[in-house]
Amino acid sequence: MNQDTQTSHAVVAAGLGKRYGEQWALHEFDLAVPTGSVLGLLGHNGAGKTTAIRILTTLAAPTEGSATVAGHDVVTEPAAVRDQIGLTSQAATVDGLMSGLANLEMIGRLYHLPRKVAQARAQELLAELALEDAGDRLVRDYSGGMRRRLDLAASLVASPPVLFLDEPTTGLDPESRNELWDLLRQLVGGGTTLILTTQYLEEADQLADEVVLLDHGKIVATGSPAQLKARHGGERVVVTVDASEELAAAAQALERVAAGRAEIDHEELFVTAPASESTRLIEVVRALEDGGVDAHDVRRREATLDDVFFSLTSPRGTRATSPTAATPTPTDTEEAPA
Amino acid sequence: MNANAIAGVALPKSSPGPARLRWLATDAWVLARRQFAHIRQIPEKLFDVTLQPIMFVLLFAYVFGGVIHVPGGGDYHEYLIGGILVQTLVFGLMGPGTSMATDLGEGIIDRFTSLPMSRPAYLIGHLTAEFCATVLAITIMIISGLIVGWGVNSTALEALAGFGLLLLLAITMIWVGTLIGVLVRSADAVQGIAFVTVFPLTFVANTFVPVGGLPDGLRQVAEYNPVSCWAAAVRTLFGNPTAIPSGSAWPLEHSVVAGLIWCLAILAVVIPLTVRGFRKRTTG
Repeated sequence: MNQDTQTSHAVVAAGLGKRYGEQWALHEFDLAVPTGSVLGLLGHNGAGKTTAIRILTTLAAPTEGSATVAGHDVVTEPAAVRDQIGLTSQAATVDGLMSGLANLEMIGRLYHLPRKVAQARAQELLAELALEDAGDRLVRDYSGGMRRRLDLAASLVASPPVLFLDEPTTGLDPESRNELWDLLRQLVGGGTTLILTTQYLEEADQLADEVVLLDHGKIVATGSPAQLKARHGGERVVVTVDASEELAAAAQALERVAAGRAEIDHEELFVTAPASESTRLIEVVRALEDGGVDAHDVRRREATLDDVFFSLTSPRGTRATSPTAATPTPTDTEEAPA
Repeated sequence: MNANAIAGVALPKSSPGPARLRWLATDAWVLARRQFAHIRQIPEKLFDVTLQPIMFVLLFAYVFGGVIHVPGGGDYHEYLIGGILVQTLVFGLMGPGTSMATDLGEGIIDRFTSLPMSRPAYLIGHLTAEFCATVLAITIMIISGLIVGWGVNSTALEALAGFGLLLLLAITMIWVGTLIGVLVRSADAVQGIAFVTVFPLTFVANTFVPVGGLPDGLRQVAEYNPVSCWAAAVRTLFGNPTAIPSGSAWPLEHSVVAGLIWCLAILAVVIPLTVRGFRKRTTG
């Protein structure tokens, strides 16, 4: 990677890979995150999101490839990288048996801030994250939302220019999630580069300038949320039925006229499939009639990131490959290294 | 909230040489204080090294003490304390094991590892905190021993060596516990492993009763058990009755030397394994 990329980009990765035994948890991972932007790493559990974060935050050594964070190599200059980053990993990263204030003070001291500065900084962050009243309480008595905010505060102690958040809003109620999103937007407004992983497409849609979609350790698509929706989405046809026995027949009928495989929602009793420009609703209705399906509702709608996600990832070993995907992967099986 | 307040604190520049050692010391102390904070919140954490030994002292001194005779003469209470001191220190591996396994099982270790703090600070802070807890345990033991009639009957130098051996044994067991904590998947596993190994190890020994009365087979096991050797060494250095007849196994006849060798040999194996295992768990 050249010097220009390193100065204009907070995080750069080239051919990054991590192998555990025979399995590649992450493979051929390339990344260039412009300074001050938000990157969303999207994927199912085990897609390689956390592995990518761990390598970029010096918590895991890559099997192959290289990466720089804030201009420093994660393998050869880990100490310099740690000076520049804040990390909130998935599990609790604060001490439940200490007060919120004591936690932040401890982190500040470990960043080698003088005691007075660490104390002042802790107070300041508690106030900023609306935790000042809870500062003296033990963290184990915090609510989920409060603890997540404290987690974030702990990552902000040294005002790191690059912030890594691994599933920051998992387990939060919608209100707390919205609050956290607002906070993250303000941070990014202040110039912080943010790399976050999420399973929630809405979160990526709300926050990310660019999304990297991971599946089985490989990048299957990159682009802004809007680009991805446009490229892999197009419109969808949604067929709603009255009884769950009709779902399979409806899916079969829909696939005959739609542009791709159909996704069944067993709880809400509907079937979704990508529509091509030539797909006419009347054809869908006819196909349903031919299949003996008594549809309750048939309509078209814009694609969501969820649709993109579904069309590019492989929950059960089936995948619709798209020629327009950034890095299409023709096979499902993880390729063992030679 | 305004973003300006969130941006803006200057980190001190990292500097080489002596400053590094100073950071290592302060970072380790900050992390050791974290464990003291845990004890303040959950004082029960210290039960195994405080109340449990007191309980054993009372139990053996007054319940079993009346029927146990020390061969070759000597007071049973004088005999007992050396054994309980050693037993407590060996049981002491549970504390460091549990706290290490707990930390490794949670995200907080990722936070510490991603901070620009001194690299060995976490392990050293952990060992320091556990060492302080053990020193407290030894103090409690000595005091309760003095109350039930135990005493030091050797020269000051020998007694000093006795305390030295106790501290070395404490450090050894803290490392062993830490290794277990690094290897297992959960804090509960530490309790399980410690119980099934430490319990027989401290009972099939001369800890509470002289080994002379044990049946063949079991007696040999007890004679070569390091716990017997440590207990005999402590008794010897404090000038307490050892109840070791002449012609016993080599480690019992030369208990001080053998006890030292045991500690150093265990440390030589356990320290590199622990450091390697810890690195693998935190930056693997």
